[in-house]
Amino acid sequence: MIGLRDVSVSFDGRRVVDGVSLDVRDGEWLNIVGPNGAGKTTLLRVLAGLTAFDGAFTIDGRDARSMKRKELARRVALVPQIPQIPPGMSVAHYVLLGRTPHLRPLAGESRADLDAARSALERLDLLAFAERPVTTLSGGERQRVLVARLLAQDAPVALVDEPTTALDVGHQQQVLDLVDELRHDHGLTVIATMHDLTLAAQYGDRVALLDAGRLAATGAAGDVLTEDSLSALYGARVRVLRDGDSLVVVPRR
Amino acid sequence: MLDPPAIRAAGLRPVWVAGGLVAVVVAGVAGLSLGAVNISAPRVFLEVLDHLPGLSIDSGLSAREADIVWQLRVPRVVLGFLVGGLLAVSGSSFQGVFRNPLADPYLLGAAAGAGLGATLAITGGIDWELGPFDTVPLAAFAGTLLAVLLAYAVSTVGGRDTSPAVLLLAGVAVMTFMTAVQTFVLQREADTIREVYTFILGRLVTAGWSEVRLVLPYAAVSIAALVLLRRRLDVLAVGDDEALSLGMDVTRTRIAVVAFAALATAAAVSVSGLIGFVGLVVPHVVRLLAGSSFRVIVPLSVLFGAAFLVLADLVARLALSPAEIPIGVVTAFFGAPFFVLVLRARRRLV
Repeated sequence: MIGLRDVSVSFDGRRVVDGVSLDVRDGEWLNIVGPNGAGKTTLLRVLAGLTAFDGAFTIDGRDARSMKRKELARRVALVPQIPQIPPGMSVAHYVLLGRTPHLRPLAGESRADLDAARSALERLDLLAFAERPVTTLSGGERQRVLVARLLAQDAPVALVDEPTTALDVGHQQQVLDLVDELRHDHGLTVIATMHDLTLAAQYGDRVALLDAGRLAATGAAGDVLTEDSLSALYGARVRVLRDGDSLVVVPRR
Repeated sequence: MLDPPAIRAAGLRPVWVAGGLVAVVVAGVAGLSLGAVNISAPRVFLEVLDHLPGLSIDSGLSAREADIVWQLRVPRVVLGFLVGGLLAVSGSSFQGVFRNPLADPYLLGAAAGAGLGATLAITGGIDWELGPFDTVPLAAFAGTLLAVLLAYAVSTVGGRDTSPAVLLLAGVAVMTFMTAVQTFVLQREADTIREVYTFILGRLVTAGWSEVRLVLPYAAVSIAALVLLRRRLDVLAVGDDEALSLGMDVTRTRIAVVAFAALATAAAVSVSGLIGFVGLVVPHVVRLLAGSSFRVIVPLSVLFGAAFLVLADLVARLALSPAEIPIGVVTAFFGAPFFVLVLRARRRLV
C-alpha cells in the first residue's frame, strides 16, 4: 500500500505539487490526469524517489525516504515516458538492467537474474528479438521491451509515465491491455499518468484529477471526469458520453 | 522442439579475451625484437618464455642480444603496456560516465591537468616516495580531477545534458589553459624548453625499471577498480533518472568512476607526458568489434590499449630511425583522422 500525506514539491519557490494526500491499495490501478503543468509527472517522480518533497510518503507503512535506493527500486519500478535507449544495446541486455536492484554490489547477474529476464522476454513474446538492438525496434515493440524490463525488475508497484504517447490507437490499446494482464497475473499495483481521458476512464480502477498541483478529485472515472470538471480545469468544451460500462470524452467544436 | 535461445549476460566472450591477449603478445614480441638492432622474433618469444617461472628454454640469443632485450626493451615495452592500458581504460570509463562518445583523457583536458600537477610537484620539490607510492602521480591526480571537474562545470553552464561537443570544447579550453600554465612554470626553470615540448608531445622513454615501478601501483588500483565498476556504466547509459529508479546510487557511482579514471590518467601522464587519442581510438575499435556493453569495452580496452601503444611506440622508434618521433605525434597522426570518422558515424546515428 502506497500512502502520500500532504506531499508538496516546489521548484524555485513555485509549488508544482501542493499538499497531495492519496492512498493506493495493493493491486489497484490509479490513473493520474490533469491539464498540462498540473504536476502529474512531478507527482510520479516523487513516487519514484526522483524528486525531493515535503510531507510523508510511505510504502507498506515504511517511510520511503528512509529506504536505500536499492530497497526502493525493489518495491517501485518506473516505466519512463521517453526512455534513453543506449545505442547498440540488445533487448536481452536492456531487460537485464531491470535486475540491477537485485544484484550484490559490483557483482554480475546470477542464474536467477538471467532466468527472470528470460521469462520476462518470453512473457512479452520478445525472445526472437533478444539479440536485436533496442534502437532498431518499432515504437510498439519498444514499449513491450520497457514492460519486459519492468517485469524483470520484479517490483510490486509500477509507475507508468504517459504510456501511450507517440503510439497509434491500436498500439495504445495493446500496451494498456498488456499492463492490465500483468496486473492480474502478478498482482501489480499500477500508478499511471494519462493524457488521454477516455483511456484513463477505460483502464484502471480510479482516477486522480490534479489541478495546479492540488488534488481536485479522486474516485471512479464517472464521478471525476464530468463535463463540468473538465471544462473548469482543462478549459475544454467536451461531451462525456456513456459507452457500455465506460466513458468516452469527446471534444466539441 | 528446439530450446529457445538462452539469455546471456553481456559478458566477455572468451574469444575476445583471447584476441586481446594475442594482440598484446604480438605487440610485445614486435616491440622487443625490432629496433636499431633487429633480433629474431621467435627467439625473443622463447627468451621471454624462458624467464617465466617453471620454464627453461634455450632461446639461442647472444649475451649482447639478451642484454638489449632485457635492459633496454623490456622495461619500455612494459611501460608501453601500462600507459596504453591506462589511457584506454580511462577513456572508455570517461565515455561511459559522461555518456559522451568523444570523451578522452587528452581531449577532456584531464591529461593536461595531470601534466600541470606533475610539473608543479617536481618544480615545487615535493617529489617523495611513500612506500610503493610516489607523490608525483598523486599531484598529477589532483591536477586531473581539477581539470575534469572544471571541464564538466564549464560544459554545464548552459544546463545539464548538453551535446557531446560542448564537453569537448570545454575540455579543449581547459587543456589549453592548463598547458599554458604548465609551460609558464617550466619556462621559469632555466633551459627546460626541450623538456616542455617532449612532455607536451608525449614520450615513452625509460631508464631501467624506475618508471614502471612508479606507475605500477596506481595502474593496478585504477584498472582493477574501473573493471569492477563496468556494469554500472551500462546502467548509467539509460540516463540518471532511470539509473536511480533501477536502484543505483548515481552520484556515488559517478564520483567513483571519475576518480579512478582520473587516477589512471594521472598515472599514465606522470611517466609519459601527454599522449592523445589512445582513450578515444581504442574503446571505439573495441566497441565496433566486440559490442557496445561497457562490460566488454572496459576490460578489452586495457588489453588492446596496451597492444596499441606498444605498436605506436614501435612506429615512433622506427619511422625516422635512428631519430625518435615523440609517441604523441604518432597517436595523433592515427587518432585525429579517426576522430573525424567517429564524428561522421555519430551524425548518422543521431
